[in-house]
Amino acid sequence: MGRRTAIVGVGQTNHRSKIPECNGQELIAIAVRRALDSAGLTIKDIDAVVVGNMDHFESINYVDMWSVLGFAGYMKPVLKVTTGGTTGSAVGHAGFYHAASGLFDVVLAIGWEQNSESDTTAAIVTHCEPLIERDFYGGAIGGLASQYSAYMDKYGATEEDAALVSVRDRCNAALYNPYAHLRKTVTVGDVMSSPYIAYPLRLLHMCPRSDGACAVIFAGEEKAKKITDRPAWVLGVGSSHGATYLGDAIAIPGLPSLEKASRDAYKMAGITNPFKQIDVAELYLPAGSAGVAWMESMGFCEEGGGPKFIKSGVTNMDGELPINPSGGVIATNCIGATGLIRIGEAALQVMGKAEKRQVPGAKVALATGFGGCFWSDVTILCSQPRLD
Amino acid sequence: MSSQKQKAESSELLSISSIVDVPYNYNAGYYVSQYLRELKENKRILGVKCPKCQKVYVPPRVVCSQCFVQTKEFVPVSDTGTVMAFTVVSVPYTNPNTGEPKKLPFTCAYIKLDGSDSNIMHCLEEVDEKKIRAGMRVQAVFNEIRTGDHFTDIKHFKTIAKG
Repeated sequence: MGRRTAIVGVGQTNHRSKIPECNGQELIAIAVRRALDSAGLTIKDIDAVVVGNMDHFESINYVDMWSVLGFAGYMKPVLKVTTGGTTGSAVGHAGFYHAASGLFDVVLAIGWEQNSESDTTAAIVTHCEPLIERDFYGGAIGGLASQYSAYMDKYGATEEDAALVSVRDRCNAALYNPYAHLRKTVTVGDVMSSPYIAYPLRLLHMCPRSDGACAVIFAGEEKAKKITDRPAWVLGVGSSHGATYLGDAIAIPGLPSLEKASRDAYKMAGITNPFKQIDVAELYLPAGSAGVAWMESMGFCEEGGGPKFIKSGVTNMDGELPINPSGGVIATNCIGATGLIRIGEAALQVMGKAEKRQVPGAKVALATGFGGCFWSDVTILCSQPRLD
Repeated sequence: MSSQKQKAESSELLSISSIVDVPYNYNAGYYVSQYLRELKENKRILGVKCPKCQKVYVPPRVVCSQCFVQTKEFVPVSDTGTVMAFTVVSVPYTNPNTGEPKKLPFTCAYIKLDGSDSNIMHCLEEVDEKKIRAGMRVQAVFNEIRTGDHFTDIKHFKTIAKG
């Protein structure tokens, strides 16, 4: 791998369903200001910027031009990265690549979205192949629902299993995370009595659409040590894309791209027993079903073992491997920012700065991204430059 | 800032509506053109075989995604197949190709046709989730009037007895 690199600053907006007092630049500026303040830096210290949102969501093509006012990018190198649902995690990876390459010392990564400005599903379906798949897709919900129906039929998983994940994440957001969009505790009964939106997924199984922005600052080793005595070191990254047609990618229980990206990231980080070695995970779970069906893909349990794993309680805040102390995607989904929030939240955990949602003593954190044609990004962060 | 003051200020904020209506004309390309023509003229579903791994893909495409070898051999596959995954969509969904709302509920299914190694996405006639399972057998129902459109030349897939 390149030069040793760490996260030194994290900032995010207080996410909501609609933030009418901001346009996109104003939204970005809040997250960037908070990230700079958290690191004790000014915009003059930033050597390069990576920025991303979802194609079509705000009907703005050149986001790298349009968003410059949000981060005072005048005469700085600015690169747009947009990879669908993984936009935020890809922006984070690109920020890491910039700093790890040694070409830039301090790099600002920004993900943002104002979902309230458009019809999210109308925008998102444009990623589907137009002549073969677009008509039937049913939006992001359709793909996830189809995958879980296959998982249920193969392994006997239930809608209630997926509801447990939704309850965990929504309650964490409500109890611990002041930045989260949905902050209401719910019960399995609440989830199961909410209407189907796409069988087998019900309204409360599914993530919302949110307005919000997130900014994360990466720095090369020397600079990182000067900026803070406890940065979040990037130990490993993995990224895996799959297919053009959803039909090629979807009908396999589990998530092969997450399996591959995790394996690559674990290898890079030196992780051999993920369940034991990882202290906390911030996972891109857009629906409760994903929190059941994808656990095996990260090596947390055996194939088909998702329901048992979730029911055991090990992923709750007081469990052995807390998942989504922030409330995750089911509580907050400003899509272009969502993957970067996972990285930012994982960084806060190993920096000891996660406040009420802090997992005590967390040293190793995992963050994931999910999007497009069922593809995945994985990031592993650590309070130390290497594993013990 | 007091909530009262916030309210007074936000009432002065504007948001402006806009509709972007952009026409497109997609090139189907060589492989999908053959596929659509066969649907229209012969009610036949065409796949393509990878010369290296021998996998058959529907719809036909220029290379095998795993071998990166150009495919050349078109092979017809069956109009019967197995449901691999499905969802019954009940949330409002605008048909992105027509701009019209789709009739609800509709069943989106991933179907592995007999003779194919990949799945195609299409809709099922059945919309009651209690009567649909992964592993269920289905058969394509073709429209009488066909125009070379994957979405409408195959009307839907109907449930058939196992066998």
